[in-house]
Amino acid sequence: MLETLTDNWDLFVEAFRTTVLLLIVSGAISLVAGTLLGAMRVSPVPALRTAGTAYVTLLRNTPLTFVFFFVAFGFPRLDIRFSYFAFAVVALSAYTSAFVCEAVRSGINTVHVGQAEAARAIGMTFGQTLTQVVLPQALRAAVPPVMSVIIALAKNTTIASGFGVMEAGAIGATLNERGYPAFDAMIWVAVGFVIVVLPLSLTQRRLERAVVRSR
Amino acid sequence: MTTLQKAPTGEALVTLRGVQKHFGALHVLKDIELTVQRGEVVVVIGPSGSGKSTLCRTINRLEPIDEGAIEVDGQPLPQEGRELARLRSDVGMVFQSFNLFPHKTVLQNVTLGPVKVRRRKAEEAERRGRELLARVGVADQAEKYPAQLSGGQQQRVAIARALAMEPKVMLFDEPTSALDPEMVNEVLDVMTSLAREGMTMIVVTHEMGFARRAANRVVFMDAGRIVEEAPPEQFFTSPRSDRARDFLSKILTH
Ligand SMILES: Nc1ncnc2c1ncn2[C@@H]1O[C@H](COP(=O)(O)OP(=O)(O)O)[C@@H](O)[C@H]1O
Ligand SMILES: [Mg+2]
Repeated sequence: MLETLTDNWDLFVEAFRTTVLLLIVSGAISLVAGTLLGAMRVSPVPALRTAGTAYVTLLRNTPLTFVFFFVAFGFPRLDIRFSYFAFAVVALSAYTSAFVCEAVRSGINTVHVGQAEAARAIGMTFGQTLTQVVLPQALRAAVPPVMSVIIALAKNTTIASGFGVMEAGAIGATLNERGYPAFDAMIWVAVGFVIVVLPLSLTQRRLERAVVRSR
Repeated sequence: MTTLQKAPTGEALVTLRGVQKHFGALHVLKDIELTVQRGEVVVVIGPSGSGKSTLCRTINRLEPIDEGAIEVDGQPLPQEGRELARLRSDVGMVFQSFNLFPHKTVLQNVTLGPVKVRRRKAEEAERRGRELLARVGVADQAEKYPAQLSGGQQQRVAIARALAMEPKVMLFDEPTSALDPEMVNEVLDVMTSLAREGMTMIVVTHEMGFARRAANRVVFMDAGRIVEEAPPEQFFTSPRSDRARDFLSKILTH
């Protein structure tokens, strides 16, 4: 059991490094893109609202594997050629930002309409109202659901192994080929994920408490 | 008449002409004609649902209108966008529920508009902000967050926030209705002194004491129409319309 880990330590380290990198890069992109999408969905411009809604509806209702599939096989047809890693980042970010968008939007909905009205009444533009008044309050409310989305993203990175990326999801199959018991391998991978996700869960709890205090 | 405030100038500052507003099938503002002069204080009174809030909100276009024209200081209200944002900054608004920004300190609430909209320097905005907070009697609360203040204090901060934009006219939508009775007067006192200093004000309120003390004119609304306009004393003692008489008998009995 233990030698499954010790014999293949380099593989574990390398694969989890890729997983964490996928998580950080896709997570950062998703946070930014999701917030922008959230802003689109509440904007006074109907075209932006429609585009935002269409994007979110499409991406949220497509299985992640399909998103990967469309990116990995669709982009090369358009002559867009990235590394497997970059394709995985695109797919994960495209998918996750739709969920971040919804978390941000639910945060925006917790902000009383009077807040935006008060901001507009002192002459703020839509952008100022959003960035100065609505989003700072909305993002606080959005922290717990956004963290849940990021935790889901950590687990979703395992889909990338099906599309050529040597991340933690690929460890099981690789070790199986090398003749180690698949079950033992999976247990160690699971332990690895607990180690990756635990700090996220702890951060989530700490942020939640901070949000409660600041109200 | 014993009005104490500066006399209105006779120069129109806010004009509403033929204003119509619907919410779906509901006709909430009907043929509204109203001119408010510079320096004038107009109290709007009427039953719940008669369109008083909507009237206020159309004047800085928080609600767009369906027909008619609204001018502030000779400028027709522009469409949504930067122009409108600029015009709104000239029209101060005080809400029933204060709507202070909970994530900003009291002082930041008052300086946010001047800094972001008027592009004032931070120090200048803060100096002016503290002056205004002193004027409404909450200077010692500047570093606190709104939630730490009483309702009366919050509403006075909201007035200071509106004044910080140096508005040409101030709209008040039932500014004391959400307050505990013992805090009503501290807010009305601030409003009365504003009126005496010559601020143009449109005030939705049922506070007759304030109307008598500070208003030049009472506008009575019912079912989306302006039914009657008169100086406060005349309106409260001998209203002309049956509807005003009926309404007054209801609010006077308690
Ligand atoms: N955003 C809205 N959507 C639909 N109906 C509204 C809206 N705001 C107000 N109304 C309706 O318009 C009428 C006038 O409302 P309002 O101006 O708030 O009256 P008042 O301030 O005199 O109580 C009421 O019947 C109210 O229910
Ligand atoms: Mg009202």
